[in-house]
Formats: sequence, structure tokens, C-alpha cells
Amino acid sequence: MQRSITAPPSAEKPARRINRDRVKKFFLGTREKNGFIKLVVIYGLLICIGFIYVYPILYMISASFMTLDDLLDSSIRWIPSSLNLANYRQAGLSMNYWNSLLQSVMISGLPTLCTLVSCALTGYGLARYKFRGRGAIIGLIILTFVLPSQITMIPTYSMYARLGILNSIWSFILPAAVAQGLNAPIFIMIFWQFFRTVPQALVEAAKIDGAGHLRSFFRISLPSAAPAFITVALFSFVWYWNEFYLTQLYVHGVLVESNLTTLIIQLQNFNTNYSAYAQTAVSGATNLNESIKMAGTLIAVLPLMILYFVLQKHFVESIDRTGITGE
Amino acid sequence: MTVSAKHRKPENRIRVKRGPLEKKDARAGVLFVLPWLIGAAVFLAYPLIMSLWYSLNNIRLTSEGMKFTFLAQGNFTQILLSDPDFLPNLVDYLLSTVVSVPVIVVFALMIALMLNEKIRGKSFFRLIFFLPVIIVSGPILNSLTEQNASTISVVDTQAVTAAIASFLPPMIAQPISGLFSNMVTILWYSGVPILIFLSALQKIDRSQYEAAYVDGASGWERFWKITLPSVKPMILLNCVYTIVFVSSNDQNQLITLIKSAMFSGTSEKGYGYASAMAWIYSLVVLLLVGLFALIFMARKDKYEREAKKLDRKAKQERRKVLHIQRRQARHAKKYHRPTVR
Repeated sequence: MQRSITAPPSAEKPARRINRDRVKKFFLGTREKNGFIKLVVIYGLLICIGFIYVYPILYMISASFMTLDDLLDSSIRWIPSSLNLANYRQAGLSMNYWNSLLQSVMISGLPTLCTLVSCALTGYGLARYKFRGRGAIIGLIILTFVLPSQITMIPTYSMYARLGILNSIWSFILPAAVAQGLNAPIFIMIFWQFFRTVPQALVEAAKIDGAGHLRSFFRISLPSAAPAFITVALFSFVWYWNEFYLTQLYVHGVLVESNLTTLIIQLQNFNTNYSAYAQTAVSGATNLNESIKMAGTLIAVLPLMILYFVLQKHFVESIDRTGITGE
Repeated sequence: MTVSAKHRKPENRIRVKRGPLEKKDARAGVLFVLPWLIGAAVFLAYPLIMSLWYSLNNIRLTSEGMKFTFLAQGNFTQILLSDPDFLPNLVDYLLSTVVSVPVIVVFALMIALMLNEKIRGKSFFRLIFFLPVIIVSGPILNSLTEQNASTISVVDTQAVTAAIASFLPPMIAQPISGLFSNMVTILWYSGVPILIFLSALQKIDRSQYEAAYVDGASGWERFWKITLPSVKPMILLNCVYTIVFVSSNDQNQLITLIKSAMFSGTSEKGYGYASAMAWIYSLVVLLLVGLFALIFMARKDKYEREAKKLDRKAKQERRKVLHIQRRQARHAKKYHRPTVR
């Protein structure tokens, strides 16, 4: 742009000069618009990296449809020779799928509800009121986020054993009800950040109109906090669903197994489960192979993936709306 | 006496006695936080203290309950000196975390910068990059690693790792080659950091870039002078987030080791031994977070630092004056009274 102004006007070939300028603009870009080269590089990188990202998932989907012959056939890499659903049936039967799914929903859903209530209350209390020790509490909450759960795990385990809530869903519900559930510090922080953005004037106006503390919480602050609630609910649900370590310890049981299980636990024990199933199955059970394992992996995450694609907007925009990055 | 009382109250801090309304407000606030306080006492403070006590004991489970034998530091010395698995795993964990966390965060920043450009299909790419957050969990990663799906077979990583191993000591080469062989799953951790960076980038004031452009700053300079300082707090946040999530994942051998020590039937292991392991491990994690915090902690700008320094100096001066006055008063009491009598 600069050059076209300063360069002497060439009388002989005005058309060509303009052309060169335009070409340059097209490839290198201007202040307002990205150049072609830059765009190609960005799209290329994004598509390559995006492919790397979804590669394991694509592999999983592709392998889960393959029959044993397809697996052994070296000419077949991605597209199976036929749409083979037998793997899914066998994986589903060995994982006791519908029962596990129901329990997964329960084991992640109920603590999530408790987390929502308790973390919202705590976050509101920290954001709205000033009292002695508030700073210390916020500091402690941040510290507990960093502190590994292993450090409190063993006394907690023996405490649950004494209370008789080990190997039951109560060992997840009780901590969640008092804002100590899985990743609760993050959720308290989200609510805290969110409730801070509710205008004080609004709350004060409600107070003058005679609203008490609870009423101003329910009527003024809660309705505007819907995005925070959605975010916390989704993340809490997903994290509880994917938790293996603590679920095995508290709910499923390590030495003595309870009848509570989740899809993720079934997946971890897939090999033993499958051999148990193959022995008792009446007919049609083949030996465990890669395809069946991949089918099992896929159906273990399928509910979450469906949830994600249905509610994608809420997931992807969640972090924008919670104000974690400051206003 | 009156002089010292006046000086005890610095002029710049006026204390107003809290009125009944404010007290009521504070009480309501405590009530709202009460669930957390109870929870922290029952599920945090109590287990923390007990865990420390456990770690100093050998605990055997009998039919009457737990039997404690006090060992003092016995568990710790045994873990650090004679446990064949713990220390190597700890070193592995430390090295791989120190290597992979910066990779994840830098990668996330790069992706976020690209997504922040004016491009089509932004929401589609965001959808893809966030997808792993939904499905990442220990068993899934294990099952994918088992099938060699966690690395791209198209790209031959063998050559890269061999090259690295040939000119670096094995201590450093190992975590780096581990990084390559698990590239995909490591990158999967960057889902949330990408979104955090992206929303921070979108909050940067466009007019800063305009001004820099007018002043003739190149894109490179604009990145280092405007973009990076603006997202610096988010770098720390993402480092901490990544450390916490890498640490609590089931692929971390250490936490599996702690769990298996907890349920091992041998006489020297058990709850006490596992608690000691958990303490060592937690301290290491805290140190790691502290290290990253030290590197990326937001430094105050120069003006603020100077102001703080002056403030401190003034405070010192005030204290000195107070001290002298007190001494004068004391001396007056001590030496002048007899002469008056």
C-alpha cells in the first residue's frame, strides 16, 4: 500500500503495476485482512493437528466394526469390509451394558446435584458478604485444588468404613453435599467469580424493598447465574463419569466388590469380564480381540459424546461465560 | 501516655466500629459458607491430620480394628531407601511432568492464537479440540495405548526417539521419547487450556494492537509485547491446571502404587506405609506447582513496586518514632519520678 503511493506513476504499464500490487495484497495480506499464505498455513496446521486429535477416536470407530478377518487382512486399514455389529453386542453383553449405564448415570448424577447446591451456596457467600476469614477460606480452597486427593484418601477410607457408607453411593454424595466433592474447588471458584459480577445495586435495591438474605439469593442472584449452573453441572457430571480411581476405591470396592459399578470400571476390567462372559455365554462368543475391546471402549464413552454433541454450545462457550479469565 | 495512644493509631487507617447491620451481614455470609466449613473440617482437616498420624505408624488390620505401632520416621526412610518401585517412579513422574506441562501449555497457546485469527469454521475446530476433555480418563487412555492408537503410526516416531537417545543422556532422553510415543494423549490434555487462552485473547483490547501498528511494530513484536504479557496470568493458571490433571490421572504410576500399598497384605506395608507415600507424593506435587508459580507469577510493575517500597520505608520510620517515644516515656517514669518525690 505504501509503495503504490510513493512509487512514481508508470505511464507505460499502469495495468500491470496495479496487478502486482493486488497479487501482493492477496498473498501477504493487509492490515484488515489476512494474506493467502498465512491463511493456508493456519488452515493446514489446524486441519493436521485436528486430525491428530481425533485420530484415536477415528481408529476406535473403524476398528470396532471390523471382523477378525478384517483385522488380519493387511489390505484393510480404515474401512471394514462390512458393517459388523457383532462386536458391539458381545462387548455390551460382557459389560452388562444397560445396568452399568444406569448406575453410571446415577453415580455421576446424584453427586453432581449435591455439588451444584453446596458449591453455589459457598460461592455466593464468598462473593456477596464480607466477614472475617474470608480471604483465608479462599486461599484454602485454592490450596485444596492443588492438593492431591491421595493425601486424605486413606483416613477418609477408614472413616467411611466405620460409618458403613463404604461401597455405597453415599460415600460420593456426602462429601459433595458439603462442597468437598470431586474438583469442588474449581466449581466454588466458578460460582464465586460469577456471583461477583451480579451488580451490587440490584441486591441493595432488593434489600430496601424488604428482601431477606435468602430471598435476594433466590430471586436476584440465582436467575442470572444459569450459565454458571450449566457449566458446573456439565463438568461435574463428566468428571464424575470419567473418574476411575476414587470410584473404584469408595463405591465399587477394591477387595470386596459391591454391586455398584460404572461403565469406566467395567472398561478397566474388560478383559476379566469378557472371559467370564465368554465362559458362560450360550453361543456365539468369540475370543477377545482388538475389535471387541475397541467396541467396548466406544460404548463406554458414547453417552458422554452424545451429550457433548447435543450440548456442544454450552461446553465450548462455558469458559467464556464463567469469567475465569477475569472481566 | 496520651501521646503514645495517639500514635498507636496510624492516621491513614480509620477504623469504624462495625455496626449491627454489618455484623448481621457477616453472620449471613458465614451461614452461606457453613456447608463448606463443615465439609472442610470433616473431609479435609480431620483426614489430613489423621493421615500424618498414620504415616508415622505401622498399621495392621485386625478383627478388633486397626492396630498402631509407632515408628516415627520409619515409613519414610523405608520408602526412600529401600522401596524398589517408589523412587524410580517418582523421578519418572517428575521428569515427565516437567517436560510435558510446558509442551501442553505452549501447544495450547499456539492453537488458541490460530483460532483467534479471522478464519472460517472456528466453532468446528473448537469442537474438535475440546472433545478429548469429555472422554479422557485412565481406562480409556490405557485401552487406546494398548492398541497403539495413542501415537500416529503414519509418522515414524522411532527415528526421532533414536536420534534423541543418541545425543542426550538417558535421564533426559527418556521423558522426551516418552513424550513422542504418547503424543496424542499428551496433547489431549490441552483442551481446557486452549479455551482458557482463547477467551483471554479475545479480551485483549484491539486498540492496543492498532496503536502498536501505527508505531510500526511488527507482528512478532506485537506478540511478545502485547499478547504474551496479557495472557501471562493464564499461563500460570493453565500450568497449575495441567499439573493437577496429569497428576490425578490413572496413567500416573505413583497413585496406583499408593493404592496397591494401601491394600497389600504384607506386614510392613498397609495404611501407614501408603499414607507416608501419599505425603511424599503430595509434597512433590506442591513443590512442582510452587516451581511453576515462581516462574510465571505475575510481577508487579515498576511503579507499584516503588510505591510499596516507599510505603514500607514510611512504616519503618513511624515504628522508629514510636519506639523512641516509648523509650522516652519509660525513662521519664524510671528516672524522673524519684526527683519529683
